[in-house]
Amino acid sequence: MILTQNARLESGLFYLLAGLGSLVIAIGIGTALYMEHSGHIVTGMNNQTVWGLPHVFAIFLIVAASGVLNVASIGSVFGKKIYKARAPLSGLLALGMLAGGLTVIMLDLGRADRIIVAATHFNPTSVFGWNVILYPGFFAIVGIYLWTLMERRMNEYSHIAGLAAFIWRLLLTTGTGSIFGFLVARQGYGSALLAPLFIILSFAWGLAVFFVVQAAICVWNNRSLQENIFSRMRNLLGIFVAATLFFTAILHLTNAYFAKNVGFESFLLFNSEFSAMFWVGQVLLGSLLPIYLIYSPAGNKRGWITIASLLIIFGAFCQLYVFIIGGQAYPLDIFPGYDVTSSFADGAINHYTPSVPEFFLSIGGIGIAFTVTVVGVRLLRVMPRQEALEKLEEDDSDGAA
Amino acid sequence: MSDSKHNAQPELPGKAQTNPARRAFIAAAGVGVAGLGFTAIAPGLHLMAVGEANAATGIATRKPGEAASRAVRWGLLVDINKCAPGCTKCVEACHTENGVTEKLADPRQASQWIRKVELTDRRNGKKTELPMMCQHCANPPCVDVCPTGASMKRADGIVLVDRHSCIGCRYCMMACPYKARSLVHLPLTEQNPLVPRGQGCVESCTLCVHRIDRGQQPACVEQCPEGAMTFGDLNDPSSEISKRIAATHTTQVRSDLRLDVGVRYQGI
Repeated sequence: MILTQNARLESGLFYLLAGLGSLVIAIGIGTALYMEHSGHIVTGMNNQTVWGLPHVFAIFLIVAASGVLNVASIGSVFGKKIYKARAPLSGLLALGMLAGGLTVIMLDLGRADRIIVAATHFNPTSVFGWNVILYPGFFAIVGIYLWTLMERRMNEYSHIAGLAAFIWRLLLTTGTGSIFGFLVARQGYGSALLAPLFIILSFAWGLAVFFVVQAAICVWNNRSLQENIFSRMRNLLGIFVAATLFFTAILHLTNAYFAKNVGFESFLLFNSEFSAMFWVGQVLLGSLLPIYLIYSPAGNKRGWITIASLLIIFGAFCQLYVFIIGGQAYPLDIFPGYDVTSSFADGAINHYTPSVPEFFLSIGGIGIAFTVTVVGVRLLRVMPRQEALEKLEEDDSDGAA
Repeated sequence: MSDSKHNAQPELPGKAQTNPARRAFIAAAGVGVAGLGFTAIAPGLHLMAVGEANAATGIATRKPGEAASRAVRWGLLVDINKCAPGCTKCVEACHTENGVTEKLADPRQASQWIRKVELTDRRNGKKTELPMMCQHCANPPCVDVCPTGASMKRADGIVLVDRHSCIGCRYCMMACPYKARSLVHLPLTEQNPLVPRGQGCVESCTLCVHRIDRGQQPACVEQCPEGAMTFGDLNDPSSEISKRIAATHTTQVRSDLRLDVGVRYQGI
């Protein structure tokens, strides 16, 4: 009787969550149609700030998608069985988040109806062009990888499929960072450091997302995360967040060292609407506080690590907003040594305010990632069974010994 | 010259089709005069045979369907000592010629193919003005980054956007060091048939490619009352623009980027 009630409750919760996710997706798609009909005039984006909030959300989803796959990679590539038990969930999340991010990017195009043109016209010198190959390739490889994990007859190929997925995800994040790394025009971009920075960002953001989803699923299933896997993943999260701080610091220090970029760095870090977002949002709340929570006694409690993970995700949005919007807000230095004015905002700081349609389109991507995960978790056996986990924990401990 | 073009435009797609007899007459007349080296495609508008130069400008014309020549590199020289403060004739000429006439509540969302920029030298406060537009780079970053190849450089050095394959990703706008490109932010009507524009596509100065192919100068050059702009073939040492670049100090904006731009400035 109790079992039936639990099943009914669980089923109701599933339909509630799936319905909620579908509603958010519907809002996003409806907004995309509105933008398609009206043009980008209904957004806050303009000819000065050409990429806006949808790009912040989309790039978060894409970068975190590649990072969330790391949990699977640690299992399949580096042989940690206790991680491998979580590989299906990791792969499912990766697919869902990439689907969400790509949908937002595609629906924000000025001519979203021409997406087939992007698929059939290839420019080998374009980083976007590379990504047109890297993103669908990620879907295919992670799909095959999931198949090798979940189909018993294919299990023997899971190591090689996992290795391919790991290499591909590194290429994918390199491609995402290089979208900005290959831009020669603007002071905030154009650095080879952006590719490795984005890779380490993906490690931290992806693991933070995994922690939050894993905690939610544990609550959903009325289960608790084992101490062994919890402490390992928590320590890993701390190292990744510290590494993102290190790379971010090097990026800004290098940029500030060059006289031509001093004005930009001064603007971004100390003298603009982005400064508080950088120091408070990205550095303090998004990095230092999570590191404190992870390594302080509070870090032994599951709840605090979930909060730390949520803070890391919040910091990720702050970081991308500062990076993408802030990088466009500072005027192009077309005439060094001159003060410049024009009817096209030359020499002027560009102020950007996201519009409601942009926000709706952006959260539509989150809705896709959320719904794919909820449906996937329900339909597929992506979470390991308790007894299997206990055995794997013993195996890993033996291996370590 | 531009007046005759504007008179001719409505005839091209619309009226000629609704009047077959008149269309046949024009075709017959075209055949008749073709032997003389001219083809009439509409009243008041003629295409000259390949290789012939426009008598007024000396610029070679290009037949429809004929590929642009690699031997030519079109360019502009702007003498900012002549550029009159407050004058926006070049901007008006460009936007009239290319049908960039829509008004938007937020000017930052409006297209600007060319703009007047006022410079103040930080050392001595000296003010100068110059027109800024696509610099038609030999190594254009916009072409490098475009995922579909819609951003392209024609053989004669003119950087263009193919409006049929532009997906509106705006990566070229992020890549352009001159802020020369605009996204069309709203649906457009009453466009110039020779200059297709469309919602969601990126656009920029075409050097008035449709005029160049007819042997005419870009509208901004033609309409500049001060004669501050010189148009011509940078590859031809005997062209006026080449001679002036050889004789005087000229500047490539953001020359540190080594983009080898087609638009040069004198007096910066």
